[in-house]
Amino acid sequence: MSPAGLALAATVLASASGLGGLALHRRPALGQRVSAALLVGGALLGIAAALPVLLGGPTSLLRIDWGQPHAALALRLDPLAAFFLVPVLSVPALGALYGLAYWPQAEPGRRGARLQAWYGVLAGSMAAVVLADNALLFLFAWEVMALGGFFLVRSDADRKDAQKASWIYLAAAHVGSFALFALFAAVGGARGSFDFAAWAALPATGAGWLAVLALVGFGIKAGIVPLHFWLPGAHAAAPSHVSAVMSGVLLKTGVYGLLRTAGFFEAPPAAWGGLLLVLGGASGVLGVALALAQHDLKRLLAYHSVENIGIITMGVGLAMVGRSLGDPELVLLGFGGGVLHVVNHALFKSLLFLGAGSVQHATGTRDLERLGGLARAMPWTAGLFLVGAAAISGLPPLNGFVSEWLVALGAVSALDLPAFDRAAFVVLVAPTLALVGALAAACFVKVQGTVFLGNPRTDDAARAHESPRAMLVPMAVLAAACVSIGLLPSLLVPALSRAAAAWAGVPVERLAPAAGLAAGSAGMVSVVASVLAGALLLAWLARRRLGSAGASTTWGCGYAYPTPRMAYTGSSFAQILNHGFRWALLPRVRLAPPRGIFPTGARFSTEPREAVLDLALVPAVRDYVQATSRIRRLVAGRLHLQALLVLATLVAMLAWRLLWW
Amino acid sequence: MILRAIFQIGILLVLPPLLLGVVNRVKSVAAGRTGPPLLQLYSDLWKLIRKDVVYSRTTTWVFRAGPLVGLAAVATAGTMLPVAGQPALLAFPGDFVLFAYLLALARFATALAALDTGSSFEGMGAAREVSFASMAEPALFLVLVVMARATASLSLSGMLGPALAPAWKAAAPALLLSAIALFVVALAENSRIPVDDPNTHLELTMIHEVMVLDHSGPELAFILYGAAIKLFLFGALFVRLVADVGVAGFWAAEVAFVVELVGFAILVGLVESGMARLRLTRVPQMLVGASVLSVFALVLLLR
Amino acid sequence: MGSWTDIAFILVVVLDLFLLASSRLGAAIRAVALQGALLSLLAVLLTSSGHDVGHMLVVAGGAFLIKALLIPWLMFRAIREMAIRREMEPLVGYVPSILLGGLGVVLSFAFSRGLPLPTREMHPFLVPTALATVWTGLLLVVSRRKAVTQVLGFLVLENGVFVFGLLLTDFMPVMVEAGVLLDLLAAVFVMGIVMFQINREFASLDTDALSSLRD
Repeated sequence: MSPAGLALAATVLASASGLGGLALHRRPALGQRVSAALLVGGALLGIAAALPVLLGGPTSLLRIDWGQPHAALALRLDPLAAFFLVPVLSVPALGALYGLAYWPQAEPGRRGARLQAWYGVLAGSMAAVVLADNALLFLFAWEVMALGGFFLVRSDADRKDAQKASWIYLAAAHVGSFALFALFAAVGGARGSFDFAAWAALPATGAGWLAVLALVGFGIKAGIVPLHFWLPGAHAAAPSHVSAVMSGVLLKTGVYGLLRTAGFFEAPPAAWGGLLLVLGGASGVLGVALALAQHDLKRLLAYHSVENIGIITMGVGLAMVGRSLGDPELVLLGFGGGVLHVVNHALFKSLLFLGAGSVQHATGTRDLERLGGLARAMPWTAGLFLVGAAAISGLPPLNGFVSEWLVALGAVSALDLPAFDRAAFVVLVAPTLALVGALAAACFVKVQGTVFLGNPRTDDAARAHESPRAMLVPMAVLAAACVSIGLLPSLLVPALSRAAAAWAGVPVERLAPAAGLAAGSAGMVSVVASVLAGALLLAWLARRRLGSAGASTTWGCGYAYPTPRMAYTGSSFAQILNHGFRWALLPRVRLAPPRGIFPTGARFSTEPREAVLDLALVPAVRDYVQATSRIRRLVAGRLHLQALLVLATLVAMLAWRLLWW
Repeated sequence: MILRAIFQIGILLVLPPLLLGVVNRVKSVAAGRTGPPLLQLYSDLWKLIRKDVVYSRTTTWVFRAGPLVGLAAVATAGTMLPVAGQPALLAFPGDFVLFAYLLALARFATALAALDTGSSFEGMGAAREVSFASMAEPALFLVLVVMARATASLSLSGMLGPALAPAWKAAAPALLLSAIALFVVALAENSRIPVDDPNTHLELTMIHEVMVLDHSGPELAFILYGAAIKLFLFGALFVRLVADVGVAGFWAAEVAFVVELVGFAILVGLVESGMARLRLTRVPQMLVGASVLSVFALVLLLR
Repeated sequence: MGSWTDIAFILVVVLDLFLLASSRLGAAIRAVALQGALLSLLAVLLTSSGHDVGHMLVVAGGAFLIKALLIPWLMFRAIREMAIRREMEPLVGYVPSILLGGLGVVLSFAFSRGLPLPTREMHPFLVPTALATVWTGLLLVVSRRKAVTQVLGFLVLENGVFVFGLLLTDFMPVMVEAGVLLDLLAAVFVMGIVMFQINREFASLDTDALSSLRD
């Protein structure tokens, strides 16, 4: 079977995986196992399909005509699609394994079978989006994906916040879909075909509004600031293995769409790349700034997705600038860094969300200030979470470092541009990345420290227990993937350069010098990693032969009875940086200061707000609804007024048609 | 060749404690005291490494790993630093990013170890350390990018190599501005006055020192040693950037380099003697100012 | 000689940034004085054979006397006699001020090349330095609370205009420049008197207090 055929089989298998649970509703535990097995099978098939393409095989096509005009089941598995296909199928599979213990269908009242069904549909539709070679097929899969996400966010339909978040998600997803319908209709109409193959080499001049449509449509899905407003709520409300899929891979379909659409255009102007760089930088900095202020573990992780999408967008922006300048280094390093970060973020973000799920599973809370000291009760979870935390902070020798490093190297490689070229300012991406990386590290020191280290802050945290093996193994697989990519990044460079060449429409040889540079340096990263390991070993040996003089309590600087309530909280930890970013957080501060000589009660609380949603969209929609409801009250029950409205609309449209068309 | 490599590793591993000795000596002399001997830190380290360790009952393996990772990461970063204008042991395009991120790894491990104790003071120190570091990091990157542009090189060895002297002729103002920024970053990253006072004993005002309160024995030695190496790394960057004396010959250049490093330590000591510690709210100002200075330097090169 | 001019221009910009970061009134006044001295130095440095040397020297000397000596002396006298507190008391914090100032510097240096100029450029840094200094002055006037610091902002603004003026020295009669300098001096005097009045009326120099002077 051709790789595309295998990929189709994987898609079908994944989509249908949930049916097992629906059919075996008498034996829910078995049904769930069947579903998980089908998803794992689908993921293995998907990897089997993607590997030959990544290793240099030809692009694989598959076309089944439906007899409908313009629509066809046309699939294309090229290197770009292959890079997305692997995480899109394997993260849901690992999530399903995790779900066996985390969200057992056997437990009553959890609507587990329904969740499993939509879960499979979501995985399958994401694969279909990535593989689609026809605009109508793409849109169909895109819609199914949005619906799947909607029902998955509502899995906990009894919870108010889940309901609210799911509706916001649905509305945002449809605004995006609307933009995509317009985009594809315009391009398809101009080209007379809805096959992506026919869309190659679109002229970029005068196509600015198409670029804006693509940016809105895909940007909402990806969560680029300021289109990220739906994301934190939805990702926090969903069950954790669903959050892992949504944050880890669902967002990436937006990036995929941006890349795919950018690939259609011939010689995009540098301004498009520049816009992506600015938006990416804003997403990176604001995403991590908002994350730092969160108290809810899963909301915090969701904001980090905004940050990482920002890093990816900066990589894509660099590649776009590189295409318009004809600079192969920028194309390769920007694209390679961006796409590799897509894969890396899928790995460590789903690892972190699964870890957050384990914490919630063990303690019943996601509130950072109510956790603490979990590393004693859950050593494995703590260790695996630490791998994810270090990876997302971009620390060597893990995978997050490699992709951020490629993007930074791409930015700095623009330094050989001649002076007076404003494109040389893309080099500012490098310090932006440094800022984002350092802030992310600060945030994950806060998370790891307040959740797993120190003493338990509440009884819930003190009663925590280690997760069952079904939850640990998927996390261990993800952590192992993070470490392996971090240690041996040079192996990925050839595949990345083939994908970049196909995307930019240049022969691979053109990118070869840049790829050589990247592979050589990536090899040196491995060398440095082994030096680090050696140094660590030496230091450990130097320390090991010495004894311990026993245990004691923590030095409390003279406090006789330090209690866990005195330990530094997550909010205190982030206070300096939150204060610096208060212009972006616009926190709601409630302060009842102590008064008098013998103050009684004093309270202080801050709550970060989602500025775009809470301060702009919600008030605007509320005003709109109020205004329209006034009209509705006026015309309610009065047929002649309603008819008048229809008539007025018709006349207005006629006038527009006659006068301005 | 091998001999030179061994010599460079030797300098990296042996010299750093001396620098701190010089700094302390300068401070003592400026304050009218005799001060500790120049080699005090070596004997401190030797004493500590033979002691036993005391652990808090709250801590886990993270606490034990902190000093090890901190020292290993800083020492590994040193292998990418060119000593005395000679290419570093490991030099490749983009190594400066790895250099900066290894320092970040050391900070990450130390801060986590501090939080592992559950002490509010150490949490405070860790919070300050990571917060100020996130302002120092962009400034450091900007300085490195300026150097990359001025020398048309993507590796530390190229930036601090023979291309530096012509770069000074062509772009002196930009390099001067970035050198000032680098010095500020060096003071902040090494917790020196005016950002942090390594000698204070008031936990509430400290940054780095308060993070490592609970470490003892060899682990404390690792932390002190790691801090000394870090000062050495920044010192080597700085002296190479500002004082690229064209001494011919390998050994002469190495000697000149060591002399310059001692000069750097004296400069740090003089700054510490002459300045008061800034209020903590002023530190971000200083670091952001350093970033803006180096952005200005970059713009001068790019326009 | 070229690189000395470069460094003088860059120092002017660095002093702009310093003023935005500075929290001490005394240091800020000294910085403005130093900036004034640098401007007169620049006027001399930019004099090449083609220019009217005497004209340039008059301008430079006048600028040095007034900007670097007289006005700072007046300002120091003012803060001493009115016992003004030393802090700058910003409405916009120091870090945002620095960032905004840095943004202005970056934009003016990156994009000033595209500006249409009436005459050929004497030095590539001249126009961007002028723009950045004007921007800094405006920022200081807008973002600082005390009347004294607003005067400082006004002085920086004028320094920026002066740099622009260097571009046009060939066209500008010496009398015009002397007039500008005298105007500046008069303005500082007037502000000094006004400050004295505000101080006496409100026992503070907070211009916010003036907003209660409604009818």
